[in-house]
Amino acid sequence: MPQLKVEHITKRFGSLVANDDITLDVPGGKVLAILGENGAGKSTLMKVIAGLLTPDAGQVLVDGQPIARGRPDVAIRAGIGMIHQHFMLIPRLSVWENIILGHEPRTRLGAVNHAAAVRTIRELSRRYGLEVDPEAPVSSLTVGERQRVEILKAFYRGAQVLILDEPTALLTPQETQELFLSIKHFAQDGFPVVFISHKLDEVLEVSDRVVVIRQGRVTGDMPTAEATPAQLAELMVGRAVVLRVERDEAVKGDVALELEDLEVAATRHRPQVGPISLSVRRGEILGIAGVDGNGQLELAEALVGLIPTHRGRIRLGGREIQRVPVRRRTALGLGYVPADRQVDGLVLDFPLWKNFILRDYAHPPYRRGAGIDRAAARSAARQAVDAFDIRPGSIDVLARQLSGGNQQKLVLAREILRGPEVLVVAQPTRGLDVGAVEFVHRRLLDLRREGAAILLISLELDEVLALSDAIAVLFRGRLSEPIPAAAATRDGIGLMMAGQGFPTGEAAGA
Amino acid sequence: MGILGNPELWVLTVAMSVPIAYGALGGMFSERGGTVNIAIEGMMLTSAFFAVVFAHAGHSPWLGLLGGIASAVLMAVLLYWAAVPLAADHVVVGMAVDLLALGLTGYLLVTMYGYNGTPVSTPSLPTWHFPWLSGIPVIGPALAEQSVLTYLLVPVLLISWYALFRTPWGLRLRSVGENPHIARSAGLSVRGLKLSGVLISGVLAGVAGAYLSIGVLNSFTADMSNGRGYIALAALIFGNWRPGGATLAALIFGFATALSIQLQGTGIPDNLVLTLPYLLTVVAVGGIIGRTTPPAADGLPYREEEEF
Amino acid sequence: MSHSRVEGFVRPIVLVLLAFLVSSLIMVATHYSPILVFSSLISGAFGNLPNFGSTLVDFIPLAVIGAGLALCFQAGLFNIGAEGQFWMGAFAASIVAVRFAAMPIVLHIALTLLAGTLVGAVYALLPGLLKAYRGAHEVITTMMMSYAAIEFGHYLVESGPLSMPGAIPQGYPFVASASLQPVIATTQLSAAIFIGLGAIVAAAWLLYRTRLGLGIQILGKNPKAARVSGLSVPVLTVLGLVISGAFAGLAGGLQMVGVTHQLFDGFSDQFGFTAIVVALLARNNPWAVIPSGLLFAALDSGAQAMQMSAGIPVELSFVIQGLIVFFVAADRLLDVARRKNWLARLRGPRVPAPGVKEVG
Repeated sequence: MPQLKVEHITKRFGSLVANDDITLDVPGGKVLAILGENGAGKSTLMKVIAGLLTPDAGQVLVDGQPIARGRPDVAIRAGIGMIHQHFMLIPRLSVWENIILGHEPRTRLGAVNHAAAVRTIRELSRRYGLEVDPEAPVSSLTVGERQRVEILKAFYRGAQVLILDEPTALLTPQETQELFLSIKHFAQDGFPVVFISHKLDEVLEVSDRVVVIRQGRVTGDMPTAEATPAQLAELMVGRAVVLRVERDEAVKGDVALELEDLEVAATRHRPQVGPISLSVRRGEILGIAGVDGNGQLELAEALVGLIPTHRGRIRLGGREIQRVPVRRRTALGLGYVPADRQVDGLVLDFPLWKNFILRDYAHPPYRRGAGIDRAAARSAARQAVDAFDIRPGSIDVLARQLSGGNQQKLVLAREILRGPEVLVVAQPTRGLDVGAVEFVHRRLLDLRREGAAILLISLELDEVLALSDAIAVLFRGRLSEPIPAAAATRDGIGLMMAGQGFPTGEAAGA
Repeated sequence: MGILGNPELWVLTVAMSVPIAYGALGGMFSERGGTVNIAIEGMMLTSAFFAVVFAHAGHSPWLGLLGGIASAVLMAVLLYWAAVPLAADHVVVGMAVDLLALGLTGYLLVTMYGYNGTPVSTPSLPTWHFPWLSGIPVIGPALAEQSVLTYLLVPVLLISWYALFRTPWGLRLRSVGENPHIARSAGLSVRGLKLSGVLISGVLAGVAGAYLSIGVLNSFTADMSNGRGYIALAALIFGNWRPGGATLAALIFGFATALSIQLQGTGIPDNLVLTLPYLLTVVAVGGIIGRTTPPAADGLPYREEEEF
Repeated sequence: MSHSRVEGFVRPIVLVLLAFLVSSLIMVATHYSPILVFSSLISGAFGNLPNFGSTLVDFIPLAVIGAGLALCFQAGLFNIGAEGQFWMGAFAASIVAVRFAAMPIVLHIALTLLAGTLVGAVYALLPGLLKAYRGAHEVITTMMMSYAAIEFGHYLVESGPLSMPGAIPQGYPFVASASLQPVIATTQLSAAIFIGLGAIVAAAWLLYRTRLGLGIQILGKNPKAARVSGLSVPVLTVLGLVISGAFAGLAGGLQMVGVTHQLFDGFSDQFGFTAIVVALLARNNPWAVIPSGLLFAALDSGAQAMQMSAGIPVELSFVIQGLIVFFVAADRLLDVARRKNWLARLRGPRVPAPGVKEVG
């Protein structure tokens, strides 16, 4: 069984350094866990190893030999078996077709040897305990079964190293246990196994060694037996950079936003989110912490009205809005700063002033006759640009031409200057520099002082800690009880983000 | 209905269906690889013209066939080049090829042969006879005597099915049409596979075009394909991008055309019959009855950049 | 004026010039002088009053359909069945123009055009609904319905309820009050040109001055942002297609009352398909449809005259048009050319700047 090594891998995307001089060693017969939040660089690293991305520096070595980078076919041939978080399966094709794609067994006439393929797959199934029907179309399989197909695919291609990227993201607890059994099995057979996760309990349960990555760098590398949850959590979320924003005591009013047992149904691509209950008062910021992929997007979009909810209620100022369409919710006072400003928040080809009225143009004061009151829109946009110091100062510049920070300021200005009762804000400072971050935080606190209720969903723990009056953690679609800011500690929240303190058996589909 | 018992109707049906079937099968290979092919019409027309040119110049219908195919393949390369490396919109660039073909063939027809049409001495492809088949009632004559290309359709259909569903190449092509990124992660050459699909569509559309000009007749007239390439596309869609379905659909559409010709002068509106294939396709695509599913990544631009 | 605005203006011109260049190569290869061809085209299109009138007459349907398509394309909807909607509009118009007794000309024309517009709109409704609620690709549905309409048209004219008995397939001539007479002698150019230009203005107004138009633009540029802004994607989808159908139907009516005064086989010179290219070249801007439509009208109408006067085959114009479409579609070619510095390389070898290395 060969050994996998990565040396000094560095990968940049523009100015973002996703992987910064990472070196890892994966011996055969051991399970190495790579722990980190999303955005820490784990997935990037795995794609580099699988040949889907070309690193800017460093190399991948199998058995001491460097392999050609950026070549998925070379990686496969070298024995790297990558099991992606988002399955690389074609729903329309059957299990056996997906597995053999690119490595088809042939009959003497050159046709695909269906019988041989199925035979080999059944064998692999038996040997590794991965039961699945080779003839079934992938579209008919459950998530757990699809994952088994992914793993079988890796074995079929002659994987000598198995890399599983967040494998339990979509699994039920029982399926997770079955997977762990399989993983231990693979290790016993001598395979080096790499297990990528942000969930502490899983890492502690299944791995022999754990490497922690934060912001593209390795921050910790130790045998699992020697690691404590607290230690790992700290390595994962790091020491805080103290944010210089002063937060005075909240003056809280009545409940402005209330969720009661809200549920978003599971789909093929994501498990169920909820039931979630929470309430936010006027003048209060409720922070929702958590690692990406635990239901943040669904929660935000359900609140805004972009995805339907399956059960439960949403109350805005006492009024039920779970069946109310998006536009009406905005009119009723619900503001939304989406996590992905470029995709969800702006039309990049529109000038700044048009983006400013993007969500409001059907209402007074911008509504005029069959069209819009350009003068009113432009003057309002002008004021926003001045108030929020959006650079460059022209309201005719295209949104595309603004920097990330200024784009975010634009979206923020739009939502805040409308004077919302409740503001749902997701990832408000993603990709912003320190100055812009400070500005955004200050504005959010101003809004809080003015009496709005703010639901802050953020992947940045520091931000949540700095701004929130109370903090709740999202994990596997469930929300913890809110903890008052005074009682919240970095490590405590970090542990919860990694799953500690959440009752087991309460995850998706259970 | 007495008209259905008329053998001439069925002879005509087969004759009308052949170019549509070849066009549809060609389009299938292109689209299964993810390249929408509106240019079947243009490739067919180009081939029809050059088949005559080569047949006449080389005194051989087979040279004509090869020349026609070659010209259609050149058009196919043009389509591929614009659609894949240049990531042009498949539909628009298909229309461009059609317009180019229309212009070029009409233009060259006049500049090479003047206004009197293509030379009468152009050889046409042989017709095969199976007299023992003509005994079969009604459809006998349709089966007993047809262009060699018509009979060739049968093995082509079988080979197409086999190639698409039984060979490694076919599996890979289909995967590219469903999700090229997955295909890439499996180590496949996405561009190479797409190109192969488009080239084959050129070959088969070329055969269709040659059939039109030198299969039964021996001349080329302006805009000879007359929209048959678009009907072939409709047949492909109606047949759910499968070889058997597409051929069956081609037969249905050919039947509708033949029926409309037979109905001319009988007082039953022949053109109304011709609207049926198109309306049926709309029904099929709209999922009003049953559902047709194109390859999932059909028409989507493929950028061989790294996805984040 | 930002960089992209100027570039957006220059690009289509460059693409058209490229098409002219390549077509010139084809002409040279077949022993025709490009200078002769282009000068014949220009004089054929604009050289004298009858020709110019002819060009403008061709311009009307191209521009009206094109303006409607520009709107539709801005919504990200690819309506390639405009030809069918054009025909259906023509049919409806011809019914009103034939079956109704004489009435004040303004009223009759208005009714006729209204009929055309409505029917064109309704004909695009089914594809719109199928796309909005079933996800059926509008390219296929509109194309198929277009062919169905054409066949239906043949039926109407040859043996159907609208056809006039006799050997030639044609409808009845229009009642006088439903016809627009030429306003310029020796041409067929009628008041239809003003109505046509009015339609373009209407399209521009709709797109740039109404909330509906704003919604359409948002949908086309960013469907997700459209949803976040509270817009209804299905409703906008249906409206986008229906509006372009209305314009095509109006064009059909205009063609009937302004030019042909009668329904007959072959009244359409593929206007619906050419209009697609007109809109694309105009980068989906209704105002730019005017020069774009003029260009294609000139190519069509000029080619006819070119064939008559200089004996140059009219199909050459299709070649030029096809090349324009090709380059418009494959305009990334310009980006590739710029990136790989083809123009500079044509000028001669360069000494590479030291220390500059491209990240592959």
